[in-house]
Amino acid sequence: MSTALAPAQDGTDERLTGIPGEPLAHRRYRRMRFIRRFEETLLQLFEEGALNGTTHACIGQEADAVAVTEHLVEGDHIFSNHRCHGHYLAHSGDALGLMAEIMGKEAGVCRGLGGSQHICAPGFKSNGVQGGIVPNAAGIALANQLSGNDAVSVVFIGDGTLGEGVVYETLNMAALWKLPLLVVCEDNRWAQSTPIAANLAGDMASRFAAFGVPVREVDSTDVEELSGIAGEEVAAVRSGAGPRVLLIHTYRLCHHSKSDDERPEQEIAERWLVEPLLVHGRRLDESDRKRIEDEVETALSEVVATARASA
Amino acid sequence: MIFAKELGDTLRGALGDDERVVLLGEDIADPYGGAFKVTRGLSTAFPQRVRTTPISEGAIAGISAGLALAGYRPIAEVMFGDFLTLMFDQVVNHIAKYQKMYAEQATCPVIIRAATGGHRGYGPTHSQSLEKHFLGVPHLRVVAASLYHDPRVVFADFLGRDEPVLYVEHKLLYPQHLTPPVGGRVGDLIATSDNAPGMLPTVRLSAVPAEDCTVTVLAYGYQAMLAAQVIERLAIEEEIFAELVVPAQIAPMDWAPVERSVAVTGRLVTVEEGADGWSWGSEAASVISRRLFGKLRQPVDVVASEPTIIPSSKPKEADVLVGSARIEAAVRAAAR
Repeated sequence: MSTALAPAQDGTDERLTGIPGEPLAHRRYRRMRFIRRFEETLLQLFEEGALNGTTHACIGQEADAVAVTEHLVEGDHIFSNHRCHGHYLAHSGDALGLMAEIMGKEAGVCRGLGGSQHICAPGFKSNGVQGGIVPNAAGIALANQLSGNDAVSVVFIGDGTLGEGVVYETLNMAALWKLPLLVVCEDNRWAQSTPIAANLAGDMASRFAAFGVPVREVDSTDVEELSGIAGEEVAAVRSGAGPRVLLIHTYRLCHHSKSDDERPEQEIAERWLVEPLLVHGRRLDESDRKRIEDEVETALSEVVATARASA
Repeated sequence: MIFAKELGDTLRGALGDDERVVLLGEDIADPYGGAFKVTRGLSTAFPQRVRTTPISEGAIAGISAGLALAGYRPIAEVMFGDFLTLMFDQVVNHIAKYQKMYAEQATCPVIIRAATGGHRGYGPTHSQSLEKHFLGVPHLRVVAASLYHDPRVVFADFLGRDEPVLYVEHKLLYPQHLTPPVGGRVGDLIATSDNAPGMLPTVRLSAVPAEDCTVTVLAYGYQAMLAAQVIERLAIEEEIFAELVVPAQIAPMDWAPVERSVAVTGRLVTVEEGADGWSWGSEAASVISRRLFGKLRQPVDVVASEPTIIPSSKPKEADVLVGSARIEAAVRAAAR
């Protein structure tokens, strides 16, 4: 078992974040299953009218969140975007806080003020406006640099965010100042309803390379492969070499928010054949997988019941 | 000492006293020291924490926000206030929102300093006073530099609080001597300071005791300096007695000193250099009309610049911007 893996945080449910001593492959599957089922449950709760506002699920992208966060330690910081549930849950394991938050309850992690997109917890923040979080994460990286610690600031963006100018202003300054910033760009091929072909001129990686920022590009939904690469990238940033970009080509299996999907059915169907839980799940015995799924299911149903009952 | 130098000394003191203070801005490093020389010498004294930046206002504001979220005290300089528009998203959707939307689990005390204002012939994109666009942003304080407020007091307030603030510095104030009230006077004018809890002082100036004044003039920044000259001249030459109210914080406003003055005079003239309409003066007119409806002897007069571009030609610029002549005409009209 890897020692690089961040332990589950105090007070979180081990059935969701990892049973002590279980193999790493099990824990990764458990965490991805947790994120998947949490969001599927959210979509179901929306159907019931139990939630308000909107929500942007990361179904299909769970491996990115799990792979990156397992290399972060206390003191590191994640800035995430409107599609933040996976990043938040992988980071904190705080299912109840997020569920109550999206239910608009006082028990929520931001007392119901933030909802799905605006989350603050130790070592984690998210905001709902594209692009603007990148300089915010760079500012946290600058704070780490000035403080002389080796903490890393990680910002998750998407392919659509590459249309925002402030991203490039920030890449320039982060490179000039060698800030300890890791930009994780999850290219899920669609910005809301617009495909990257209609969104993005030129080559994605070249945009970062233009600032002299090293780009690690990977097309994968395999949590093991992603974790290996993410570990190297986090370590490189932590060593003080300056900002880096991890560009992950992945796919969003669900709609953009609640019920807005005009994408070709055939394209989506093909991606379900290589989705992260399927890819990684093959590594587990059928009985282990089933057991983990059952444990996650039980734990999540308790979370929903507790959140519903909370003030 | 002149305002630019006093402001620079204030920043130097802040950097020296508090390791969390970081200055960011375009061309602020030595030997240039900023377009208006406010930061001259500071990057030599504090090379790590005084950083010159590329032309990237959005990132300057956004990186400042991250620093503030991480416990630092960033001070971002905007070379010309016109470029505040390039920071608007960071101010509205990030900096001003974080503390409240995160249920007080984070604070984002960014200080943005912007050199504003015209009268120098710099033309349409280097002469504006755009602060009115920031006045209604929830959880953002807007403070205006004036000759009657010591920047040391102002920055001690900024750095002692967890809230973000936009500090507008009219560029014609930089070469002026500061004249904060001393012994109840500013030059030949009587000066009173209202210090409401949690607010920066509002200074009231008049040639005769406030109870003998017949007009209240509400102004900030460089226009307050012009208005002070006008009320002094009118008092001496024509025995028109006006009380000038100069707040430092222009949003949210402490209306109490304005109300106290208007309760006596029954007449209010507001003065600002920003473009007319949907403005600071309109808000003042609304608030004072609502609160002192029965005591106003005439409608509030809002003096502001023409809502058009600011020409480069000096005579054409003077036609657009509020200056002494328009202030004087408004005070005379109110006193009639």
